[in-house]
Amino acid sequence: MTATTTPTERAQPATSAPAPLTMAGALNAALRDAMEADDRVVVYGEDVGPLGGVFRVTDGLQARFGDQRIWDSPLAESGIVGTAVGMAMYGMRPVVEMQFDAFSYPAFEQMVSHVAKMRNRTKGRVSLPIVVRIPCAGAIGGVEHHSDSSEAYWTATPGLTVVMPSNPADAYSMLREAIECDDPVVFMEPKSRYWSKAELTLPVTTAPMDRAVVVREGTDVTLLAYGPTVRTALEAADAAASEDLSIEVVDLRSLSPFDDETVGASVRKTSRAAVIHEAAQFGGYGAEVAARVTERNFFHLAAPVLRITGFDIPYPSPKLEEQYLPTADRVLAALDTWEWEDRA
Amino acid sequence: MSLNVEHQPVRALPSEKPIRLLDNAGHAVRGAASGGFELPELDVLLELYRRMVIARRFDVQVTALTKQGRLATYPSAYGQEACEIGAISAIETHDWFFPTYRDSIALLTRGIEPGDILASFRGDWHNGYDQHAHRCASQATPLATQTLHAVGLAHAARLRHDPIVTLTYLGDGATSEGDAHEAFNFAAVWQTPTVFLVQNNQFAISTPLSRQTRAATLADKAVGYGMPGYHVDGNDVAAMYAVTLAAVARARDGGGPTLIEGVTYRIEPHTNSDDPTRYRQAREVEHWKRRDPIERLEKYLVSEGALGDDVRTEIADAAESVAAHTREVMTAEAELDPLELFDHVYARPRAALREQRARLEAELKESAMANDSSHAGAAR
Repeated sequence: MTATTTPTERAQPATSAPAPLTMAGALNAALRDAMEADDRVVVYGEDVGPLGGVFRVTDGLQARFGDQRIWDSPLAESGIVGTAVGMAMYGMRPVVEMQFDAFSYPAFEQMVSHVAKMRNRTKGRVSLPIVVRIPCAGAIGGVEHHSDSSEAYWTATPGLTVVMPSNPADAYSMLREAIECDDPVVFMEPKSRYWSKAELTLPVTTAPMDRAVVVREGTDVTLLAYGPTVRTALEAADAAASEDLSIEVVDLRSLSPFDDETVGASVRKTSRAAVIHEAAQFGGYGAEVAARVTERNFFHLAAPVLRITGFDIPYPSPKLEEQYLPTADRVLAALDTWEWEDRA
Repeated sequence: MSLNVEHQPVRALPSEKPIRLLDNAGHAVRGAASGGFELPELDVLLELYRRMVIARRFDVQVTALTKQGRLATYPSAYGQEACEIGAISAIETHDWFFPTYRDSIALLTRGIEPGDILASFRGDWHNGYDQHAHRCASQATPLATQTLHAVGLAHAARLRHDPIVTLTYLGDGATSEGDAHEAFNFAAVWQTPTVFLVQNNQFAISTPLSRQTRAATLADKAVGYGMPGYHVDGNDVAAMYAVTLAAVARARDGGGPTLIEGVTYRIEPHTNSDDPTRYRQAREVEHWKRRDPIERLEKYLVSEGALGDDVRTEIADAAESVAAHTREVMTAEAELDPLELFDHVYARPRAALREQRARLEAELKESAMANDSSHAGAAR
């Protein structure tokens, strides 16, 4: 990515041979291709310009597109989201970055009172095609305020679409789709997965961003995971396989809306479900998942839906986060608490 | 144009004495007190007078309708007409306006239908007018949040080389909000074509200005952000119009934002549910009533021979006709469709909302059938 790319080269989204790409790299490519495809797409936030963002997701974009397409804003999250509302009203498609999820809280009022409500307030006359990118969750050894899981604040707010990719291919595809979406999207990026790699040929299109995906088939248990816990669920499924327990893993991908159809089909097949997230349990996203799954599939369930989550405490300091995070072992131990009449 | 604009930060404090072009007796003010601004031409002043008279008649009518229970609430701007009308009259139709809940009379001046302005206060829907058609955002209830929208829209327009200006109003209390600070700062750093009008009406519901700030004037704050600030007599429509017009012209020419403080007074309660006798003296209200913005301009226009009985009658008739129209539209009940509650939340349809919509539809049908059968029973 250099500033010397010719316009002709730019007109085509860069298609590359399969190459290992990190999630951060996939997000970067998605932003680049979205900015190439549509000059209404502008990117701003804290340190997203010359630095390329603290996670380098916007690396090289200012050199390529100039400081009228991507620029460093003053350090104020409400200001970032509030000005995005005005820019979207004018017809832009702003993609703004909150540096860390715990730093998104100053923007809460703009998100809840305006971003979420504008379309309804104006009977659809004013849509706000804003993407608010939020690096989220923990397991990166971060000091306080750098590892929060804030998804339930956003999913509890009608009007917001909330998605979280768990791998580089989804990161690319879902971010492109979020930017093209006429609704505001809270795009949550699990920090611990930024450096995960996949062989990708860009541009890649995965399932629609509002659909859950079965990422591993199984017959005995459905693990419902999203973002960082998809890997945890897959690890648990691997370990369980050696004990002859067949686990199906569903990557929810979209937290709001919730894909009742895909989840319901899996749960009715396995008759047992558990939801896994890093956030605290009480009032967390898993409570909604457990309730929905139970309400809609009660007579297919052999056991209560479990929540395997962080503890109901503030996120711990780096040396203690390992004890807080749900691990594959903790997942398997939780599944053991069910009565398994049909198993030895 | 670069986003890193080279500009000289403003260092001069606004005048301590509010800028004034007409004094309370309706005499033209000259010299230092006018802040170097010119009194607008008579025809402009006459038009401002007409707009203020119509605005006040509308405001009084809506307050009356609220007392009759036709509206859920109405925040009156009685006494603030010079700020409300002076500033909005200084922008063009292609410019954008970002108002608060108190600025209904500015929306009326902007040409929005009374029924559409008041739809939200009547409780029909949270916003009743087409924002794009009028280039007018919805009336913000959360304080100062709209100021950031004004800055964002102005910045987007500037990126598109579209020479529009955004004007936003906020109150004295709202200057304490973080969003006001962020909006002033973003506007100054990005040099957006934005004019902020702080209507200092002395109270945030019941809390007086002295509990809101230690700044000598609210306009002083502008200096800290590196933009010009103007401390203006907010009951002098000539000054409000002239100062805003200059700020709008400067913004349009790439000169960046301006903060204007109009010093005025909220004559009416905060809303119909407020009791101002608990926090202010009647004599203070009387004092401000004697500084009425409409009477002040009227004295000047009469002394200049620009307001004869025929013109006065014509304006009064126009005001009465707006009031009558307002009564008419607010007396008719709007037809509301509860199922529309689900229709505009998302551009991309959701299965869950479809299910909930169907559930409400079934409930409505059931209750309609129950009503029908009970009516049928009553008829027997």
